[in-house]
Amino acid sequence: MLLIHCPYCEKDLPETEFHGEGEAHIERPTNMADISDEAFEKFFFIRENQKGVLFERWRHLHGCGRFFNAVRHSVSDKFIKTYKARQEKPKLTKKEIDAVLPPAKSTPANEPIYADAVKGKK
Amino acid sequence: MSGSTPNTGANRIAGKGRLSPAKTVMFTFDGKSYNALEGDTLASALLANGIHLAGRSFKYHRPRGILAAGSEEPNALMDISRDSARRQPNIRATVQPVFDGMIAKSQNRYPSLSFDVGAINDGMGRFFSAGFYYKTFMWPQKAWDAVYEPFIRNAAGLGVSPDEADPDHYANQFAHCDVLIVGAGATGLQAALVAGKSGKSVIICDEQEEMGGALLSDATSKIDGKSAQEWADDAKAKLAEMKNVTILPRTTAFGYYNHNMVTLTELVTEHMANPDPDLPRERCWQVRAKKVVLATGAIERHIVFPDNDRPGIMMASAAQTYLNRYGVAVGSNVAIYTSSDSAYSVAFDLKRAGIEVPAIVDMRDTIDQALLDEAEELKIRVLKGFAVVGTKGRLRVTEIAVQPVNGENVETIAVDCLLMAGGWTPSVHLFSQSRGRVKFDEATGTFLPDIYTEECISVGSCNGTHDLSEAMLEASTAAKDAVGGKAPKAVKVVNGPRMSGFHIGSAKGAGPEDFTKAFIDYQNDVTAKDIRLAVREGFHSIEHVKRYTTTGMASDQGKMSNMHGLAIAAEALDKPIPEVGLTTFRSPFTPVTFGALVGHNKGELFDVTRKTPMHEWHVEQGADFEDVGNWKRAWYYPQAGEDMHAAVNRECKAIRDAAGIFDATTLGKIEVVGPDAVKFMNMMYTNPWDKLAVGRLRYGIMCREDGFIYDDGVVARLAEDRFHVTTTTGGAPRVLNMMEDYLQTEFPEWKVWLTSTSEQWAVIAVQGPKAREIVEPLLDGIDLDAMQHMSVQTGKICGVETRFMRMSFTGEYGFEINVPADYGRQVWEAIYERGKPMGMAPYGTEAMHVLRAEKGYIIVGQDTDGTVTPHDANVGWAIGKKKTDFVGIKGLQRPDLVAEDRRQLVGLKTMDPKIKLEEGAQVVDDPNHAVPIPMIGFVTSSYWSECLGHSIAMALIENGHNRMGETVHIPMPDEIIKAEICSPVFYDPEGGRTNG
Amino acid sequence: MAKFSAFAVAKEAMRSNKGWEKQWENPEPRSSYDVIIVGAGGHGLATAYYLAKEHGITNVAVLEKGWLGGGNTGRNTTIIRSNYLYDESAGMYNHAINLWENLSQELNYNVMFSQRGVMMMAHNVHDVQVFQRHVHANRLNGVDNKWLTPEEAKAFCPPLSISKSARYPVMGAALQKRGGVARHDAVAWGYARKASEMGVHIIQQCEVKGINRDAKGAVTGVETTRGTIGAKQVGVVAAGHTSVLMDMAGVQMPLESYPLQALVSEPVKPIFPCVVMSNTVHAYISQSDKGELVIGAGTDQYTSYSQTGGLHIATHTLEAICEMFPIFSRMKMLRSWGGIVDVTPDRSPIVAKTPVKGLYVNCGWGTGGFKATPGSGNVFAHTIAKDAPHKINEGLHLERFRTGRLVDEAAAAAVAH
Repeated sequence: MLLIHCPYCEKDLPETEFHGEGEAHIERPTNMADISDEAFEKFFFIRENQKGVLFERWRHLHGCGRFFNAVRHSVSDKFIKTYKARQEKPKLTKKEIDAVLPPAKSTPANEPIYADAVKGKK
Repeated sequence: MSGSTPNTGANRIAGKGRLSPAKTVMFTFDGKSYNALEGDTLASALLANGIHLAGRSFKYHRPRGILAAGSEEPNALMDISRDSARRQPNIRATVQPVFDGMIAKSQNRYPSLSFDVGAINDGMGRFFSAGFYYKTFMWPQKAWDAVYEPFIRNAAGLGVSPDEADPDHYANQFAHCDVLIVGAGATGLQAALVAGKSGKSVIICDEQEEMGGALLSDATSKIDGKSAQEWADDAKAKLAEMKNVTILPRTTAFGYYNHNMVTLTELVTEHMANPDPDLPRERCWQVRAKKVVLATGAIERHIVFPDNDRPGIMMASAAQTYLNRYGVAVGSNVAIYTSSDSAYSVAFDLKRAGIEVPAIVDMRDTIDQALLDEAEELKIRVLKGFAVVGTKGRLRVTEIAVQPVNGENVETIAVDCLLMAGGWTPSVHLFSQSRGRVKFDEATGTFLPDIYTEECISVGSCNGTHDLSEAMLEASTAAKDAVGGKAPKAVKVVNGPRMSGFHIGSAKGAGPEDFTKAFIDYQNDVTAKDIRLAVREGFHSIEHVKRYTTTGMASDQGKMSNMHGLAIAAEALDKPIPEVGLTTFRSPFTPVTFGALVGHNKGELFDVTRKTPMHEWHVEQGADFEDVGNWKRAWYYPQAGEDMHAAVNRECKAIRDAAGIFDATTLGKIEVVGPDAVKFMNMMYTNPWDKLAVGRLRYGIMCREDGFIYDDGVVARLAEDRFHVTTTTGGAPRVLNMMEDYLQTEFPEWKVWLTSTSEQWAVIAVQGPKAREIVEPLLDGIDLDAMQHMSVQTGKICGVETRFMRMSFTGEYGFEINVPADYGRQVWEAIYERGKPMGMAPYGTEAMHVLRAEKGYIIVGQDTDGTVTPHDANVGWAIGKKKTDFVGIKGLQRPDLVAEDRRQLVGLKTMDPKIKLEEGAQVVDDPNHAVPIPMIGFVTSSYWSECLGHSIAMALIENGHNRMGETVHIPMPDEIIKAEICSPVFYDPEGGRTNG
Repeated sequence: MAKFSAFAVAKEAMRSNKGWEKQWENPEPRSSYDVIIVGAGGHGLATAYYLAKEHGITNVAVLEKGWLGGGNTGRNTTIIRSNYLYDESAGMYNHAINLWENLSQELNYNVMFSQRGVMMMAHNVHDVQVFQRHVHANRLNGVDNKWLTPEEAKAFCPPLSISKSARYPVMGAALQKRGGVARHDAVAWGYARKASEMGVHIIQQCEVKGINRDAKGAVTGVETTRGTIGAKQVGVVAAGHTSVLMDMAGVQMPLESYPLQALVSEPVKPIFPCVVMSNTVHAYISQSDKGELVIGAGTDQYTSYSQTGGLHIATHTLEAICEMFPIFSRMKMLRSWGGIVDVTPDRSPIVAKTPVKGLYVNCGWGTGGFKATPGSGNVFAHTIAKDAPHKINEGLHLERFRTGRLVDEAAAAAVAH
């Protein structure tokens, strides 16, 4: 269960108070009626689905009720930060990103390495 | 009990151990009664009575004994019960405290533990090599379901599932703390002492009945001048004094989850003879800790040699625990097979307790001289550079064969017990679960914590620090770092445990060329040969090896076996161990009872139940209810002798002929308020709202951006800047969520406020030709003459403030009366009192559905399914043609949403008016088409209309709007029903009745 | 390769199982292949197998960054059924069931397909309407699916509680008797063995880092951790990682990847005779040949590639299990794990060509891909071999998200009134 910082309540609270609301920073076109089918597909269906640092939306549903955005690493599941809705996509520092990276490369404990003992022997 | 102390077993050594001889309990094992001391585990009690044979293995049904003294035990799994409903299979005897009256049974044997017909598999072992079942049982094809699979299934499985509902209850506890310490051995206790002194909140848990870990089995170490046991007792006494320290024995940390959440299960009553029924059986803790100190210790590894699984063969450390902690001798003539120094103190303790130790068989050539000197002093023979290459004894080991590791001469030694000491595997399970990265340490042949990703720290032997003095320092430092403050005084350790030396993989006699059974995974009967076979067959990743051989997948999850399996695979692959990898550790560390995870969320508390203010009235009237979302809705009100059909017919007729009263409270209600409320409504709904006059109602349709109907409901304009919006019962939360989403994230500058008022209003629908007559005298300040259809007034009813709406979901003249929820029942009863003599009936959701279907009104979710547009559902009129934007405007323009062949909502009249179609039945043009038969639509709603005297139905049919009058077919399993496409408005198409 | 049989097992037993051969080769990659399949899960391996068997295309490499069958193939709860609503889905899954029924014999590998019956429980009036719609549509599509009363459901699955006082009482069930379970690992291994035997290269520990294209945009091969490998046709069958791979070719996908958890109990003697699913209370359960209760939980609410999720998700499922089967309250969870599922907006898969010449994609199976394995591989192989979809996957294209012609199984099932 994630621990999520609500930028409105300014508290770290358990995930069960929140509702995930998908990818962040997808602007609804102001000329919705006039956009192409392709543009609509991109707006409504296409998702970055980022493996790595991603921007996502949450709602503090069982709390203040506010929507907000978060930056999280989708492999380590660690948050870099959360910020209020409509705020600009934050620029991230290397230090911030490094702090949420999963342990470098695959680890023997978590991702077994394939050992090809019979290489060349057949 | 009689005056004399009962005999708690011939192998109990007077004066040894920590249990009080005065407190005895009685239990049964396989039907026979035994005595035990309070504080015994089932395993120590059995061993005290000379019983090693405790179970049968999974595949070969080999007799197996108690192997360990902790949660890593793979063999001694028991069925434990208090009574028939309080029974649980697969309990490890080594962790189950004995309580008075406990019933223990062995498992996976027939007819008895000592004679098990399943053991025939043992002789057939060579046919049951790893993965053999993938290679056979394929012919004849039909035999798999009928013969092979039932046979495999009956042979597999260990214990027998409970077969009665669980009468016990369980609790859940959330906790936050500064420091959580997992494990209360030496380092855990030391960390707790240091952290506890700071005054910060500390939780310390340990899976065992008594805290102290290996200290309780340690007869030699001196810590700060005290014996290990005294030091542990002192530490526990000090911790008990600290109010900021929560001490949780019998509590296993089983999972390490994101963002430093550790989950624990506390066994609350499993050790009690007569637990207070108010106590939960187990309590599941979810602890969010600022820092977690992992002091989880290490598990002793067994040695992989031929026939290493006979009862009486067990772990050296376990024998030491049984001796020093429980006062039980595991045998009278106990040999030891070791590659580790740790076995020597076991031998010395046994010998000093008067137990014969015929030999220490040490596979190493070089052994610390001090150990050899002490062995010589105690007259224990040490066979340096020797291996145990065989054992004998069917139900108990009787003899071992030893041979020089680099030699030939075999000598046999009579024993009644053989202890194994293959070195120590640090318990990195929780660390690994925290997604920390381990690294392989060549020098000790272990995986050790390397890179941390959560706020935790490993101390002591789980961190590879086996020297007790260093481990204590590590624990003190970790605790100090977590809570701040000065470095604590160093702990002085003399004669601490000696833990060096190890062996992993197959030992002598179990090599690639040996035709022997040397077990790696006892419970799943995986041998060294099986691992090699898997490698030979191309299974080179450790995950493949594990899955092909099932090693490490038994109920002990490979706590003892994983390293051996890995080492043998690495050897067969001719690769270093770290290149073969280690399988991932997953939650739970030890098995966790479902009930403990479920906690209180069962029965009525399984899910929230929402009830309207009039709910009890419906109950009193004998209503049957249906679940809609979390709500209980009155479905119909059967009178004596009525079935559902009769009740619904009567209710429908009452409304059409006189009047009905209906509880519509469950509909969602949202108050949309503010200067930009109209603008917002225009965006959220397909309808235009600018011209809706104050005091009028309008039916609104809401789409998602994709243009499909999302929700609907009647909206009242109460003021220029105030709308009372209703939603479907199930849709209320998601509609509000969607509105909030747009408001907060797309249009935050708009001045609109949204409030859920679903719980504030009770809603009473009064419908039918007599509705006015019934209600009118109760009103105050409402002018019914001036009130048009689809309008709202505020005033009073029965003296209670009301939003009084004239509207109809039945096609009749009627009202929906909103009153403050607390007055709902009072107003309801007042209306019913007046209406009853006039023929008014309460009606439920089913009659409501019939009446609205007679009018062709849709139910979102029944006549629409998320693929239906407003046009499809005949409510295209509700789309504001001049609007330049609303949610769904673009989606509706897409090619498929304007295509010709869309399924559109129409009515269906069966040729035989008595036949009622089934909801969900499919509609076809050509019923004689070969399967698959092309389907052109399906029946969404279908009812018997008592008022019309025939059945009615609605259906979504391809191009249906242009097919009025055409005949279609509804193929049923036993007949083909013909129906005619018609308008879905069956009743009063002109709509005159809504005007009374 | 030696045939697997009872005779072979007996023969090998007599010589201490020394004669068994490798089940698949571990070759070094060639510089190029006719077709590269990215992802050696069940679907990818099946695709390679059918390319070789049905289309004679054997110069095929299956590239796998980990170990074959190590993703969702080896992590799912192995439920197999085909009682889906829409023609596109029913067609695909029924094609798969037809192949499942002979798969052990065809692959000469016992995948332990056990047609124990899959029962889907209805707990409210809406469920009843939805499942009856399924039953009727299935019958006309030639898919078996039968409506059961609560009493009939209990007779089919005795541990089931049909107590009227349950929070959500059972109101009936839809039973597909042809449905069941199979041994997931064996499916991957069986396909790998046969594909390898026909010359397909299965290259493990080979991560694709880029998709190469020529000046016109057509695929020319892939960059991997083991070098550049050429191919004019590349099929991406990478489940949760599809978005990552397709992005390498500049194709953005309508996909999101979520953690999906599952768990097993300790093994017990046979107690649970079938598969039971309940979408309303979120419970998916069967008993494995080994005796473990195999239980599927829901997805977490956030996208993640971590293969772990929150305990509360698993707990929620166990609540439903104990509610429906009160005798299991004292059973114990032995092991839990997570996979990464790729979910499309309409919860139906994409098995199709892409806007990039030579690039094909098979993804979006969400929580239910295992059941489709043979059918998916079979029609995807056809799509690659013919550069055109098979009739069965015609509707499962990418364009539907532009035109709006969704195959919306989720919408059809999940909207409550």
